Amino acid sequence: MNNNRINICFSKLKKENKSAFIAFLTACDPSFSMSLKLLKAMPKVGVDIIEIGMPFSDPMADGPVIQRSYIRALKSGASLIKTLNLVKNFRSTNNITPVVLMGYYNPILQMGLKKFINKAKASGVDGILIVDLPPEVSNELSLELSASKIDMIRLASPTTTLERMHSILKSSSGFIYYVSITGVTGSKINKILSIKKKYMYLKKLINIPFVIGFGINSPKKAHEISRYADGIVVGSDLIKEIEKGIENSSNIFNNVMSLVKKYSKAINK
Amino acid sequence: MKKGSYKKFPDKNGNFGQYGGRYVAETLMPLILELEKKYLFYKKDKKFNHEFSKLSKDYIGRPSPLYYAKNLTEYLGGAKIYFKRDELNHTGAHKINNCLGQVLLAVRMNKKRIIAETGAGQHGVATATVCALFGLECIVYMGKKDIERQKPNVFKMNLLGARIVPVESGSASLKDAMNEALRDWVSNVENTFYIIGTAAGPHPYPMMVRDFQSIIGKELKNQIIKKENRLPNSLVACIGGGSNSLGLFYNFLDDKKVSLYGVEAGGKGIKTGQHAASLSAGKPGVLHGNKTYLIQDNAGQIKEAHSISAGLDYPGIGPEHSWLKDTGRVKYVYANDKDAIKAFKICCKLEGIIPALEPAHALSFVLKFAAKQNKKHILVMNMCGRGDKDLDSIANHLNIKI
Repeated sequence: MNNNRINICFSKLKKENKSAFIAFLTACDPSFSMSLKLLKAMPKVGVDIIEIGMPFSDPMADGPVIQRSYIRALKSGASLIKTLNLVKNFRSTNNITPVVLMGYYNPILQMGLKKFINKAKASGVDGILIVDLPPEVSNELSLELSASKIDMIRLASPTTTLERMHSILKSSSGFIYYVSITGVTGSKINKILSIKKKYMYLKKLINIPFVIGFGINSPKKAHEISRYADGIVVGSDLIKEIEKGIENSSNIFNNVMSLVKKYSKAINK
Repeated sequence: MKKGSYKKFPDKNGNFGQYGGRYVAETLMPLILELEKKYLFYKKDKKFNHEFSKLSKDYIGRPSPLYYAKNLTEYLGGAKIYFKRDELNHTGAHKINNCLGQVLLAVRMNKKRIIAETGAGQHGVATATVCALFGLECIVYMGKKDIERQKPNVFKMNLLGARIVPVESGSASLKDAMNEALRDWVSNVENTFYIIGTAAGPHPYPMMVRDFQSIIGKELKNQIIKKENRLPNSLVACIGGGSNSLGLFYNFLDDKKVSLYGVEAGGKGIKTGQHAASLSAGKPGVLHGNKTYLIQDNAGQIKEAHSISAGLDYPGIGPEHSWLKDTGRVKYVYANDKDAIKAFKICCKLEGIIPALEPAHALSFVLKFAAKQNKKHILVMNMCGRGDKDLDSIANHLNIKI
């Protein structure tokens, strides 16, 4: 096993018998400086891994909250270069917390795969997750990635068969992200119990950490799922606090951090 | 099939050269793999093909006529011009050929809920029509901007029993309707079949839609040989996503003496940046499940397309077209809004045919091109839709109140 930040993070949590709290933020929503401020503060209140959304004009797997977040970010001048700069700035103050970039393929393709990976490596990115790049079409990127030691994080979902899980595993490292429901980000989880069943069904094949995301919109649900999952991803619910802050001109930083603390407490309970 | 044939694509992974593929979220992967399996099976199934042919004939009204446009030919004084009249199909456009094929597949896959995206509303109407025929629930995603400019089609879909979901995100047109339909599909994987309206999207859609539409070119080959005892010199069709043009071209791809012309929407002019000409002014990228030419900025963000024709108002293009452009087999040109309106008016007055704004783009190219050819040159243009739905937009454009 590589001695990288993601592995170190999960090994440590395993020893403590804890789930990882993975917080998602969109780069540059609503601004570069606010994103940086939040990134720097989150590990201090229990966030174990940070996922940064790379804004895209057509996020087909995202619900309205993240769609709006991407639009705000793009309006504020977000770009892939700025996202990488954000990580670089964050890394100058934190060399422990893993950072995973999440997004869609086209902006990366336009930058050029080699250039993107070199820059990501130099900025201190630990993993990337590209929503619209299943194993079938990721040969080019996988080849470039394997030399860089950046992890390729992949998704599994309720529609994933055991057979497919094998092929996903072959081209993944770091951790696997289980999409809890068939739906877009921020959808409602209706049957929280059925998630565990399908998660466990796939988990028996998986030899790396297996985290759960999509639809975890309350600390209570996060607590429930943290009892068996290796990690919990919270995204849309945090982004909503940014939105609220803009709408009623309250303090975005305080809003987000206070919710992050609630999740942190629930997950570590 | 001959070696070096253009017709053997896509390969088994859905690639047309470097284009196509399956760029979708993991949740949808098992669905499109299953769809591909079922399609490849039924493609060869006698009963399936029989039902498709029977309904094509009795319900759609195929074969569509091949019409010699004598007045237009004489007016231009050049090539002999024929129209393949797919605007005479039931529902008024070529779209229903594909909808019929896909709905027959949906029924066999036991899917009771059909979703579709629509731009001009022609695909929406065609989908709503086949859903009514087979008693299936139908949900159509349509950009808010398009709902405004295509009111007659919205009303038709309502009458046919479809539910229309207005899409306000992004540019509120076809691209965003497709995003929303994909989000619906990922949320309703068990019971839902997504009928994509053009030869784009993840594999197997570009292949499947092309196959269902290729009936156009197949009929044409028989018809032109009966009338002229030879193949045409050139074929012309408009391109939004590219399904009517591929339907026309596919059976002629290996007849290398037949020149093929695809006409994109130049909107207000390529230089203004307000156009929908992805092949003429875009570059390769990934959107909506396939790699293809896209209108985008340098950072890979997709730009809004613009065209007076809602059906061409899309920043991408079917992947097979991207490949046919790179190989040089098809020549791609564009016509601006203004040129299309001009061609539209000429067609009404000279031929007594009110074309949709989409084929009016193709016609605009024909006006310029045919005039320069000699009289032995035979040209066939696909009249892929009728203009009823566009009357409001055109009246608006001409500052006329109706």
